[in-house]
Amino acid sequence: MTRGLASAAIVMVVYAACASAQRSESPRSGLTFASPEIRAMQADDVANPGMLWVERGSRLWQAEPDGAAKSCAGCHGDAATAMRGVAARYPAWDAGTAAVLDLEARINSCRERRQERPALPRESDELLALTAFVAHQSRGMPVAVHIDGPASAAFERGRALYRTRVGQMNLACTQCHDDNAGKRLLAETISQGQPNGYPAYRLEWQSLGSLQRRIRACFFGVRAEMPAPGAPELTDLELYLAWRAQPLPVETPAVRR
Amino acid sequence: MPDARVNLAGPVRRGEPFEVRISIRHAMETGYRVDDAGRPVTRNVIRAFVCRYNGADVFSAQLSSGIAANPYLRFFVTARESGELTFEWTDDAGVRGTERAAVVVAT
Repeated sequence: MTRGLASAAIVMVVYAACASAQRSESPRSGLTFASPEIRAMQADDVANPGMLWVERGSRLWQAEPDGAAKSCAGCHGDAATAMRGVAARYPAWDAGTAAVLDLEARINSCRERRQERPALPRESDELLALTAFVAHQSRGMPVAVHIDGPASAAFERGRALYRTRVGQMNLACTQCHDDNAGKRLLAETISQGQPNGYPAYRLEWQSLGSLQRRIRACFFGVRAEMPAPGAPELTDLELYLAWRAQPLPVETPAVRR
Repeated sequence: MPDARVNLAGPVRRGEPFEVRISIRHAMETGYRVDDAGRPVTRNVIRAFVCRYNGADVFSAQLSSGIAANPYLRFFVTARESGELTFEWTDDAGVRGTERAAVVVAT
């Protein structure tokens, strides 16, 4: 009898966990919250300033590093086929490093292990360019990440952090980006916080920037301590956000306010 | 490393204007900002931009601190004969960038 009740309670807990994984609203890309001018800028590959980084990334993809190491293209070949769909699956579990890696970390892991070159710093022009170039190959493909198996722990941490109140403002991500998406915060419309356009060109930054930079800006906004670039909790959040964005298409390089 | 992207809207017909678009990767540092230590950041913006069509100036611009990073310029050139557009710009640091694009006039 006691055992029966206990198992019923477990079933209810599991059910509640599944129910809380459901998204209340269908995902809307940040593009749909942007002004017509910004949407036009993103849609036109000549006007989209993010394409400057994509083009630089395509040159880096071909560039032969010093020494015996091969270029990216030397192993992977034509990125248009080899990298198609890859960014839509990231962040993803990486067996080699036994961790969930975002696309930037995966590129750096390849640099260190295969090319035997030092990792590129986060937010460096080279890493942004390579990431944007690789992600651009998946443009239009739906985001689809794996959150089961070894990635599940990172996913659960990310989901919990998304719901954790932080900072002097005592706000959790969900309170703006789920509960109040579409409403105004002073002059700005609060978006759902979807990650599908990153690395993205933000007019505020006057530059291309990574999703981690954008997440860190939110930590700053609620006056919380910002995790260091590349910190595991940022990757956890990136994985949760990617899952939450499904099945929005990859837009890299997006243009945002 | 200066780099830029050029786009010519086709088809290019003799005697008719065609659209030229160029975006240049440049931080366009205004000179009004300070760094994390509070020191002023030296201004570095593209000052002069010129486009030549087979060697002759057809468009030029003087840019300033008011222009956003990665400037995007769009202008029209009247097609004369097939040849080359060359673009050249110089910033405050004296770094000179160049880009070129082939013009094919439809007969």
